[in-house]
This record gives sequence, C-alpha cells and structure tokens, in this order.
Amino acid sequence: MLYREALNRAIDECMAEDESVVILGEDVGRYGGSYRVTEGLISKYGEKRVIDTPIAELSIVGNAIGMAIAGLRPIAEIMTVNFSLLAMDQIINHAAKLRYMSGGKITIPLTIRMPGGVSRQLAAQHSENYETIYSSIPGLIVLTASNATYAYYALKWAIKSNDPVIFLEHELLYPMEMDFREVKDFNPFRAEVVKEGKDLTILTYLKMRYDVLEAEKELREKGIDAEIIDLNSLRPLDIETIANSIKKTKKCVIVEEDHKTGGMGAEIVAQIMENCFYDLDAPVLRIAGEDVPIPYNRKLELASIPTPDKIVEKILKWKAENGI
Amino acid sequence: MNTARIEKFYYLMKLGREFELKAKEHYMLGDIAGFLHLDIGQEAVSVGTMQAFEKGDVFTHYREHVLAIAKGIEPKLIMAELFGKKTGVSKGKGGSMHLFEPKVNFYGGDAIVGGHLPIAVGCAYARKLQGERAGVFAIFGDGASNAGAFFESINIAAAWKLPIMFFAENNFYAIGTHISWVSPFIDLKEKAKNYMPTFECDGMDVCDVYNTVIKAKEIIENGLGPVFIEAKTYRYEGHSMSDAGKYRSEEEMEIFKRKDPIKNLKNKAIEKGLVDEEYFRVLDAKVEKVINEAVEFALNSPEPEIEELYEDVFCKECENVIP
Repeated sequence: MLYREALNRAIDECMAEDESVVILGEDVGRYGGSYRVTEGLISKYGEKRVIDTPIAELSIVGNAIGMAIAGLRPIAEIMTVNFSLLAMDQIINHAAKLRYMSGGKITIPLTIRMPGGVSRQLAAQHSENYETIYSSIPGLIVLTASNATYAYYALKWAIKSNDPVIFLEHELLYPMEMDFREVKDFNPFRAEVVKEGKDLTILTYLKMRYDVLEAEKELREKGIDAEIIDLNSLRPLDIETIANSIKKTKKCVIVEEDHKTGGMGAEIVAQIMENCFYDLDAPVLRIAGEDVPIPYNRKLELASIPTPDKIVEKILKWKAENGI
Repeated sequence: MNTARIEKFYYLMKLGREFELKAKEHYMLGDIAGFLHLDIGQEAVSVGTMQAFEKGDVFTHYREHVLAIAKGIEPKLIMAELFGKKTGVSKGKGGSMHLFEPKVNFYGGDAIVGGHLPIAVGCAYARKLQGERAGVFAIFGDGASNAGAFFESINIAAAWKLPIMFFAENNFYAIGTHISWVSPFIDLKEKAKNYMPTFECDGMDVCDVYNTVIKAKEIIENGLGPVFIEAKTYRYEGHSMSDAGKYRSEEEMEIFKRKDPIKNLKNKAIEKGLVDEEYFRVLDAKVEKVINEAVEFALNSPEPEIEELYEDVFCKECENVIP
C-alpha cells in the first residue's frame, strides 16, 4: 500500500462512517490534493464535505475550529508545514486553549494534517520541521506518521478524537510502497520498537526512520546491535518505552531532521535526563539538521540534514570518544 | 508604438519565453530541481510592467524569472541559480523561487503566497519617509488576493497614502483552484476599489500593460497614494513542473493562445509596416545566443563549497563576534 493511500483510506472510512467528518484545505477537492491524499473523496462525498478553500491558512484552521465547536469533525489540510505559520495564532491561541479557557465546556474535535520535512530542493520556505513548536504547546497532541500502518490507524484515531491533533506527514513518503498490517488495540501514543537490539538505542521518527534503518545495516556489519525506536507520538512522548530500552542498552542516540538547536531532540534529552540518568553509560548523542535555513543546492541540502552515512559516521565517532 | 519600444518589448518577452523553455528542458534533464514555476504565456505582464517601472523597488512571488530578467538581472545569473550553482544570483541557496538583486531593486522571490505584500508596504513606507518618488511595485496572483496579508496590505497602504502599486496578475487558477470557487469576484480590482484608484489592462498585450502602468504610476509619483492594476493573463503550463494543469479545458487554453503576447506584438508591428520578418529574425538570433550562453555558464559554473552551508545565516560582522 502506498503511504498516501493509507491516509486516503483512513479519511475515506471516517467520512463514510460519520457524516460530521469534513475535510477542508487548498486543492483538496476537485484537484485531488497536492499529494493526492484526498483523491476521489469529492466524487464520493460532494463539495459540501470536501471543501476547496482559498489560500488562507488562518481561515482554514479558524473555520475548522468553528466547525468543530458546532459539532462537525473537520480535518484541516495545510499544504505544507511552512504555511502553518500563517495559521499559528488559530492553532496555538485558539485550538489549543479553548477547552481549557472554557473550563472544559468547549470541545474541539479537530485534526490538522501537515506534510513537511526536507523534501528535494524545495529551498528554505518549503523545507521545514516544526514539530518542536507544536509539541511545546499544552493542549495539542502531536503525532508523526512514518509508515502506512501507523498513518492509517493514527489518522482514524485523530479524526475520532475530541481534542486537536497536529498530524505530521513527510513529503517524501507519499509515493512510497509500504507494508500494511492489521493492528488490534491500537494506541496512537505508543512508540514502536522497529528493531530490537542490545548495544544502543536509536530514537527517531518520520522519514529519518528510513535513514536510520539504512544506517543500521552498516552498524550491524561493524558488530553493533542497535535497537531502533520510532517515537510515533511526540506529545505525549512515550518515555516508558524509551526508558525500558535505555535500561537495556545504556546508550542513546536521537536522529531527527529538524534543526539541532531547540529541536525535538532537546526535549527528549531533557526527559531522558529526568528518567534515565543513572542508566546511561555515555552522554546522549543528537544527530540532527544543521542550524541553517535549508539551501536549494542539492549538495548543500544533503549536508544540512542527517543521511545514513552521516548517522554511521557520527555514531562511530561518538562511541570512540566515549570508549563505549 | 515605436520601433525602439517594439524592439525592447519583443526582445525581452522572447528572451523570457526561451529562458523558460530552456529551464523546462533542463528540469527534465535533472539539472534543475525543486519547484519550477514557468511564466510562459504571461510575458506581457512581466515585461510591460518592468519596462514601465524601471526605477522602483520590486517585490514578487515565485513565478519570477521573466520579471527578474525584465528588471535587469542577467539571464545567466538566474539560470545558474536554477542549476543551484555558486555563481547564481542567490549563490545557489535560493533556487527558482528566491531570486534577489538589490542592485536593481529586485527584492525576490517569496514562496509564501501573499507573504511579500506587507513587506512591500513597509518598503513603500520607508521610501515615502526617504522622499523617494519612484515607489514600490508589488505583483501577486489571484490566489494571493484571497489571503489575509493582501487585505491588510491594501488597507494600510491606502490609510497612509503609501507610494505602492499593487499589480494583480490574474491567471484564474491558484494551482487547480479556480478563482470563482473561492472568491465572490473574478475581477480582482473589485476588492481594492474602495481603497484606491483601480485600473485594468489586457495581460496578453504588452503595450496595454506598459501604458497602464505608466498612467497609474503618475498617481504614486505625485504622492497621492497607492494604485491597483489588474491584468488578466494565462499560464500555458501547469502551476509548476509537478502539475500537469489538466483542470483546464483545451478551449480555454486556445482563447488565450490566440492572444499570445509575443506573436501578437510581432504580427501587429509587421501589419503596421513598422518592421519586417527579417527584423524579428535578427532579434531571435540574439535571444538564442544569450540563452545558450546562459546555459553554458550555468553548466560550467562550480557548485558551492560545503563550508558555504554555514555562511549567510548572519551577517559577517555578527558571525565574527559569535563565540
């Protein structure tokens, strides 16, 4: 199943089951979605439930909040996370706070889907990761879908959830063919142990999962048995799964595509310090994007984000430096 | 219509068209990547406006190559940028959507729809403060005319009588969304008419675009505040190279292709007996030479060094004191 098909199936099934589910965004209807996630939905559910909006992100999210308050279950699609900055006020000042400010009287069953990440030479205004911003906001749930199985179940869960969910997708994953497996008792907040190992724990999410899996092959050849964990949910963070792994391996590496300074890894390291300090044999290693806006040139672009080669190289260097 | 003007208009439009066709070719070959938005069909707007607005500051969106050429950035520097080369006008860091050259008052190259409009308004404020008369030119599409930034911009510019020209390049489609689905007006000038004087011109006719900008510009230069011009035009290609543009009918496309700005200028000039076929053949040859040189330059230019990744995040003075 293609990654984008898993997302499409989740939305399709929710719309078929529940008439209150609507989707709105730029080019989601007649055009079929910028990444074809919403393809075919308008012919099934009509233009009243598959809503083509103007280029007006603040209103896409603001309108969706109003729809949610009125009893609909909107899915707002933001064409790329970069454009979500225009909707930031609605997301943070409104969606995240209305329940709390109203003493629990207002419910916002809202899913905001955003493709993002560093795709291929889209330059600085179209290459971003804002998971750190969103996961720092109380009142928001932040899920990242790296694979078809999680994408399908988590998106269905998000649409049915009564709280605002930021649902992050990665632009390079849409056309990828992926395995799909049935899951019973799905929990969107559980991290996935992608591969068990005993020597060190690698925490990652979204597209970096695949770079880590690629790097792992080389680590294995060098006799390093890494445990790979895909975090799935960034807020809440599944610290239990992380702590259990670190208890076993005593070492932890975080691989993330966003900028290193103030990036997702910074918060994860803080939580590891609080929960696993005495289990660690070495400082946690962060492998992250460089602290620069993403450049257009391909060579510079690749130099600005982690790649399988760099992941291996940095882990080997870190091991040598720490004598582990 | 005089010969000198015909020459300039035709040469620049043809240069723009051939530039875009070459860019398309090299995108297919993999020399250019990312989002590439072609201006083919809309050259009359890019050339007519920039010829009339030679001196002022220009703020634009991401469909900008021909506008940049018409404003005076050398085609080879733009082509090199598209190729991601060190010699590109933005050192290979910006690509197609982010061309900047303050030397000719060209301030990009914004890929957030409507994002450049408040910035252009701020620039107009500064120019007024500095006593500059040339004013600011801000071009945007029908898509941007629905964004909040647009409405805030026309309001502030009108309230403070700022020297700015809002130029709406209405090609009817925001990627695949037709303006009539998401706006009560297909005529974008309706949105601005209570704020400032509005004008309309034929976006497929370079002379009409030029004359309208010249006329509207007087209001700005006389310190009477902002103006709004709408030009209806058409992009022959999809929104970008990743869009086939299939949501438009053949008939609709034909209506505009019959009004092709380059062909029509040429035919009109010949009909009026001002110049002959041979005259255009000479110009075409000149265009071909410049475009070939631009591609050669781009192909032969070096890639940026890895160290350049960390340059330009801050200014040199700042970088030197950061520990």
